[in-house]
Amino acid sequence: MTTALRYGLLSTLAVLVLAPFAGIALASVHPAGGQVGAFSLPEQWSWSNFALAWEAGNFSRLMWSSVVIVAFVVPLTVCLATLAGYALSILGVWGGKGISLAFVLGLTLPVELLVIALYFNLREVGLTNSYTGVILAEIALFLPFGVYWMQSHFASVPRELVEAARVDGARDHTVLARVLLPISWPAITTLAVLVFMWSWNQFLLVLVMMQDPALRTAPTGLGLFVGQYGTDIPLLSAASLLVIAPIVVVYLVFQRSFVNGLTQGAVKA
Amino acid sequence: MASGALLRGNGAAGAGRPGGRPSRAPGRSRLRAWLYLLPALTVYAGFAIYSAGSTVWFSFLDWDGVQPPTWAGLANYTRVLTEPLLAEAILNGLILIVFFSLIPIAIGLLLTGLLLGRVRTGMTFFRTVFFLPQVLPLVAVGITWRWLYSDAGMVNQALEAVGLGAITRAWLGDYHFALIALGLIGTWCMSGLCMVLFMSGAQRIDPSLNEAAAIDGAGPLRRFRYVTLPGLRREVGIAAVITTIAALASFDLVFVTTNGGPAGQTNVPALLVYRLAFNEGTIGGAAALAVVLTLIVIVLVSAIRLLTREPK
Repeated sequence: MTTALRYGLLSTLAVLVLAPFAGIALASVHPAGGQVGAFSLPEQWSWSNFALAWEAGNFSRLMWSSVVIVAFVVPLTVCLATLAGYALSILGVWGGKGISLAFVLGLTLPVELLVIALYFNLREVGLTNSYTGVILAEIALFLPFGVYWMQSHFASVPRELVEAARVDGARDHTVLARVLLPISWPAITTLAVLVFMWSWNQFLLVLVMMQDPALRTAPTGLGLFVGQYGTDIPLLSAASLLVIAPIVVVYLVFQRSFVNGLTQGAVKA
Repeated sequence: MASGALLRGNGAAGAGRPGGRPSRAPGRSRLRAWLYLLPALTVYAGFAIYSAGSTVWFSFLDWDGVQPPTWAGLANYTRVLTEPLLAEAILNGLILIVFFSLIPIAIGLLLTGLLLGRVRTGMTFFRTVFFLPQVLPLVAVGITWRWLYSDAGMVNQALEAVGLGAITRAWLGDYHFALIALGLIGTWCMSGLCMVLFMSGAQRIDPSLNEAAAIDGAGPLRRFRYVTLPGLRREVGIAAVITTIAALASFDLVFVTTNGGPAGQTNVPALLVYRLAFNEGTIGGAAALAVVLTLIVIVLVSAIRLLTREPK
């Protein structure tokens, strides 16, 4: 295969991936309420669709919920995972092997197994329709990967670094804060952006735990927006773009972390 | 969930035993180490493990969520395996594996073979593009494809452009093609992921292996078969685990595109778990279906890990 052919192939694939988005981007500026077939430039560009969609979908509330949930889930998951990874990998605890295994097992559990019980159990204690309930449930959902990720990261740190600090009389928290954290930011950033993505995109859990539509997150609200405005393609496209935008921005900024998070996850194991 | 399963599945694939040997610390400090572990363990045990256990418990009950539950024994499981609606949903989930997992892995391997080692400039751009469907909320992906598949949508337009106007239809509403159309959305999502994984894996294969094979007279095809493919064993395993979980546990995509229709042709387990538990109030049945789904995931993931294990 010649180089030109190879780039031709790559470009064709890139077009196949991007065409749907170009399609909805164009559709979103067509006059609201109209039918849009496929690629066509609108006769007049209706930027107001974004404002209309924002109003119609009550996105001020939805985005606020999304932001609140993400703002707690990301730092807390990263924090708890770092502490646990440190304990399991560097400090060593009694029964540590079994606990690592328990976290790893959590990697294969589908959300479907948890949501039923989460809803009915948390309903008893008033944690449904509450940010606290969703936040804690999401942290529990992402911790298996988080702990696994931080644990294998700390295991890759040369032991001499830790031993040297210990010989100098450093206590556990000093070793973590002064020796390990400064060299761990790439791993922590990767974990943070991945957790951000999972939390932002989480659908089923929020749909179940937030029976009150006003408390739902942007993607979940979008899922129900379809039911109401299913035929208004321009409005629907504008709403989809609003929900996609934050995650795309984060992805473009941290693209390396996203892709490395995945591919390195493989190498580390 | 699919995106949630992404790396969670990845971890499962390779997470034999992370971590090295922790250094022996004296008794008191080992106790103190528990303090670092405790917050994560509490949240995980309280919300994940306890919930999983509860769901298993619910699966043996006859409960509508309001009245006190009664013991149902294995009745809910019998129902899952014998009631056509539920059994077909499980079958549909398994069919989706072909589109979410097998086809993307094949595409990924093919492209890796074609492109390997000869494309340098611009690779970051292509990688960023191919990986994009992985990071988007599946609800938005579903909404986009709903429109692409519609009567006057882009798919039909493209078909007409190449002279296949006779087969155009509203794909997601077609009794025979809806599940396939749904599956192909999965193919669109997962192929880039597989390709990015395999390309980065192939770059780690020792180049001298390839050179040695070339000197021995092996052509590109044979080199791919005997050098690249064995070298990608682990990446293929990881891709298979991630995509299989995404196929079996898919909910968001189906919820916004077909919601199980037409006439139940695209019912998947997750959709029925939701519907049984929260629309029809048969919590025992929903729990049993969720447990069966989890068992299928665990069996398949274990099988994949066994098959793609590094030879000792």
